[in-house]
Amino acid sequence: MTLLEVENLTVSRKGGKALDAVSLQISAGECIGLIGPNGAGKTTLMRAALGLIPSAGHSTLAALSPAARAARVAWLPQSREIAWPVSVAHLVGLGAAARGRGDDHPAVGAAVARMGLGPLAHRRATDLSGGEQARVLIARALAQEAPLLLVDEPIAGLDPAQQIRTMRVLRALADEGRGVMVSLHDLGLAARHCTRLVVMRGGRIVADGRPDAILQPALLAEVFDITACTLATEEGTIFQPLATVAP
Amino acid sequence: MSHGRIMLALSAVVALLFAGSLVTGVADVSPWESLRALVIDDGTPLPLVMREIRLPRAILGVLVGASLGLSGAAMQGLLRNPLAEPGLIGVSGMGALGAVLSIQTGLVGAFALALPTAALAGACLGAVLVFFLAGRGSGTLPLILAGVALSSLAGALTSLALNLSPNPFAASEIVFWMMGSLADRSFEHVAMAAPLMLLGCAALLTTGRSLEALTLGEDAAASMGVDLRRLRLVLVGGVAAAVGAATAVAGAVGFVGLVVPHLLRGAVGGRPARLLPASALGGAALVLAADIAVRLILPGRDLKLGVLMALIGAPVFLHLIWRMRGEP
Repeated sequence: MTLLEVENLTVSRKGGKALDAVSLQISAGECIGLIGPNGAGKTTLMRAALGLIPSAGHSTLAALSPAARAARVAWLPQSREIAWPVSVAHLVGLGAAARGRGDDHPAVGAAVARMGLGPLAHRRATDLSGGEQARVLIARALAQEAPLLLVDEPIAGLDPAQQIRTMRVLRALADEGRGVMVSLHDLGLAARHCTRLVVMRGGRIVADGRPDAILQPALLAEVFDITACTLATEEGTIFQPLATVAP
Repeated sequence: MSHGRIMLALSAVVALLFAGSLVTGVADVSPWESLRALVIDDGTPLPLVMREIRLPRAILGVLVGASLGLSGAAMQGLLRNPLAEPGLIGVSGMGALGAVLSIQTGLVGAFALALPTAALAGACLGAVLVFFLAGRGSGTLPLILAGVALSSLAGALTSLALNLSPNPFAASEIVFWMMGSLADRSFEHVAMAAPLMLLGCAALLTTGRSLEALTLGEDAAASMGVDLRRLRLVLVGGVAAAVGAATAVAGAVGFVGLVVPHLLRGAVGGRPARLLPASALGGAALVLAADIAVRLILPGRDLKLGVLMALIGAPVFLHLIWRMRGEP
């Protein structure tokens, strides 16, 4: 089942195009890693697809009313803003509230448990560490119970264990039949946990496919300007950038 | 304490202070006699005093306080900043300018409610201008900048009016009006301002759910079903109506919208939606208490409400900042 379809999505900025005629489909069961260097247009693609910024072209989500969209997709922006000292339980409940449900909806408890937030449920979200806050915000998105999840750099600034846990949760959601698109810079985690990688550069999609087919030396040098060492293990492919191609 | 109990306690405080405001005045009668005179007309002057002087004053205390407290909570929720206050959008400054101009030009003598009418016209003009300046975009920054520019302009023009005032009497009248007061207000003032204040407050109370989502930032809120443009329209329109009308009848009363949400935020668990009604009650309580205090502290000297509020508000605010020092 197709959860998102964008066609020729274009976002114009002064002096050029932040997004240049991008077309993409996301189906249920996919965990898509959106990768590319800084400024490639990853965030712009997700925000334009959601209809949060003006764009030309077509997106199946952009035309929806805000309320209808909230039922179809949960969006987790990179900025981890928590403006007021509300409790963790209430903050996660905001996800359910987006669907017109109360704090006591089963989805809230399930999201709290899934992200291991039980012991923190009654703490003030603003008092938590950055990593804990990141988990709380993911739980908020889960509590929205939307079939599609767009997540912008959820593992930036997390310790290695939290990074792995977060990626496992996202992959598990896809395995359960939801669609996930996650932007990230860690190509190794992207290779191990995503079912499909979409590579962007300069506002365009330059490659799209299975991780092992995508992360080849030619593409890494061309798009990311790196050479890398890859190692096949029982846990999956270990991927380590080694050097920049250009000096 | 549960939210219900907090609301109940605040309501009780407002009710007590409302009664307290009714029984406070220069006439030397017992509280019981005063309250009795509200209901029973025994032919003495007391019922007239109660019904025509103290009752409208107490009602305006509730409405002005609720408008300012609620507007403050709503502005802080919209801007996600505990330093936001209702005066930020420039509507109260423009209202004050309208009032000052009516005194300066002598229009104030033309008809009974000339001054509040002029203030209201100024506030309306301010609301229209701030919407026009902020444009149709969805960002809050243009809104803040438009409000700051408008406030500065209103302040400059108010100073100009003072500067060019035709006689010292007009100048002192302007200065005293700007200090803010609920003294000598009639039911005509209530009839004029109450509908707008109630309408504004009703609009603001509908924004709770959107403000909750906005806790996570504008992008997240928009993805969670909040129509940001509509929210901004309803919220700024509500603040303009409530604060514009409050300024028209009470003059410039500061600090209520800033301090009350601050004091109550902890009690409502930080939740913006719950802060709205709590701040309305808290604002009503604070303005009623201050309006009682101005009559008790210096009876006969006409201590101004706005002055006392600043005297209370600034130290409370300093205390809050002092307590926040250690926090990141």
